[in-house]
Amino acid sequence: MSLILRTATRFLLPLLLLFSLFLLLRGHNSPGGGFVGGLVAAAAFALYALAFDVAAARQLLRIDPRQLIAVGLLVALASGMVAWLAREPFMTGQWSYITVLGIGPVPLGTPLIFDLGVYLVVVGVMLTIILSLAEE
Amino acid sequence: MNVLLVLPILIPLVTAVAALLAWRWRRVQRWMSVLGATALLFVALRLLTSVWRDGIQAVQMGSWPAPFGITVVADLFSAIMVALAGVMGFAVAIYSLSSMDAERESFGYYPLLHILLMGVCGAFLTGDMFNLYVWFEVMLMASFVLLVLGGERAQMEGAIKYVTLNLMSSALFLAAVGILYGMAGTLNMADLAEKLKNVHHPGLVTTLSMLFLIAFGIKAAVFPLFFWLPASYHTPPVAVSAIFAGLLTKVGVYALIRVFTLLFVHDVGYTHRLILVVAGLTMITGVLGAVAQNEFRRILSFHIVSQIGYMIMGLGLFTPLALAGSIFYIIHHIIVKTNLFLVSGVVHRLCGTYELKKLGGLYQVYPGLAILFMIPALSLAGLPPLSGFWAKLTLVQAGLEIQQYEIVAVALAVGMLTLFSMIKIWTEAFWKPSTLNPQPSDNRRRVLNLLFPIVLLALLTVAIGLVAQPFFALAERAADQLINPEAYIRAVLAGTS
Repeated sequence: MSLILRTATRFLLPLLLLFSLFLLLRGHNSPGGGFVGGLVAAAAFALYALAFDVAAARQLLRIDPRQLIAVGLLVALASGMVAWLAREPFMTGQWSYITVLGIGPVPLGTPLIFDLGVYLVVVGVMLTIILSLAEE
Repeated sequence: MNVLLVLPILIPLVTAVAALLAWRWRRVQRWMSVLGATALLFVALRLLTSVWRDGIQAVQMGSWPAPFGITVVADLFSAIMVALAGVMGFAVAIYSLSSMDAERESFGYYPLLHILLMGVCGAFLTGDMFNLYVWFEVMLMASFVLLVLGGERAQMEGAIKYVTLNLMSSALFLAAVGILYGMAGTLNMADLAEKLKNVHHPGLVTTLSMLFLIAFGIKAAVFPLFFWLPASYHTPPVAVSAIFAGLLTKVGVYALIRVFTLLFVHDVGYTHRLILVVAGLTMITGVLGAVAQNEFRRILSFHIVSQIGYMIMGLGLFTPLALAGSIFYIIHHIIVKTNLFLVSGVVHRLCGTYELKKLGGLYQVYPGLAILFMIPALSLAGLPPLSGFWAKLTLVQAGLEIQQYEIVAVALAVGMLTLFSMIKIWTEAFWKPSTLNPQPSDNRRRVLNLLFPIVLLALLTVAIGLVAQPFFALAERAADQLINPEAYIRAVLAGTS
């Protein structure tokens, strides 16, 4: 594995992860969202696995990608259930408005949590597939 | 109340996720699976009683009003199907404890089983055509993996036919949904029922209904689109075969009954007449296919096909009594057919083969097991006083009422041939003398896990036979809701128009 790729990956990895978070947060009203964000994050780890090796990528991730799928599904599920607390049908969006440091009001709602769940599921699924194939 | 409607979808999902989190610990997964299946059964029965008491219920997901958002709706028919899915999930989850091998268990059998249940329950509960497509896909995806899990040669061969045909059907289904949307501008089933009345080209609606007939017909395994079923159902482990046999084709039947009672009722003389013809041919080809077979599970698979014929026969006749007969038949059939597959699994454990030629002498060694086979087998053939008798009687009576003598004759003849097939299994596997010496290799607890679901389902069969009246009343009221869809439409569209 080339030195250039390894060095570049060290710089690209945080950038890609930041960009994936940007896509996730932007997704509610503009192009982006949990799915694309998750794909970009998975791509970042896949790049790392290419530049170094699969074991290193797994170590960097710390958690088994399969667990990420489960956690993501739970997060998405929970975001839908929040509506029950307000005695509304499943998946009804719940919103609150927060002002931080004079910026705002920033709308924060359960759809974002749902998107976070999607993000985790996509990262989990993609990395389960990619890392298993790379190990073959 | 509105939580109750979503729970049959959420509980299997939570169970699957919990099992996924416990990927490394098989023991934990097994307990999760049983726990989740029990919870599903409990909730499904609660839903059924609730719908029986308070009538049709609907919830709009995310509070988006009806024609725009996704509706989850339960009328009696849906609730009955969900309850049956609960019973089957419970029986198979317990049966799996002793019958599933360690390798399949550690490669995600339990999460997949519950995802399958989620897809099935979702398909029964949704009130939206596109959403129905999505649940079909969820269910199929899980079934594809369950079918090949283990990777035996025969499994792969069966899976190729199964996957190809089902993908075809999905493509047709999706195309039909697209055309439907282009024509009516909505995909909410209740809204469609209203809008389709005003479409200017009745011919186009009929064409479209035929697309749906083919798409759902492949999934329900009706003539001439059934051949994927006997080619694949005997290949996976018994627990998987059993849940497939009990639930998957029935989702197709459910979808057929739903769309041909709610949406496509403008030209009954053509569409339902055709369904009736298909029903007759399905019965005959299925049962004749079974006669030629000599393998336990293959015979049972062909009988699924022939029994599907009975279920849609009621739809083809299209009278309240006939539909009640169909629904009663589905209740009876799911329980009986799953049970027969479970018994075949026990026979396989004892003798190590499904080939009737090699089997024999089981009655001598295990008379109890022989009786447990006899109950569902005779019920399938329609002998009184078991559940199958009432189911067939209702359909035959409904056929006589409107002078459809041909289909009645076919139904009766196929009943006789079914009896012949079941007797063949009986004489070959249980009665004929054999040198085979079946060895029980399991300890008591494992045997208990295998026998408990079989006994439970056998008791249900007997109970439905002896106390048929409440079950028939249930089917009758469900059929009444299907024939007069106004209440369904009102429940879904309430407060929106």
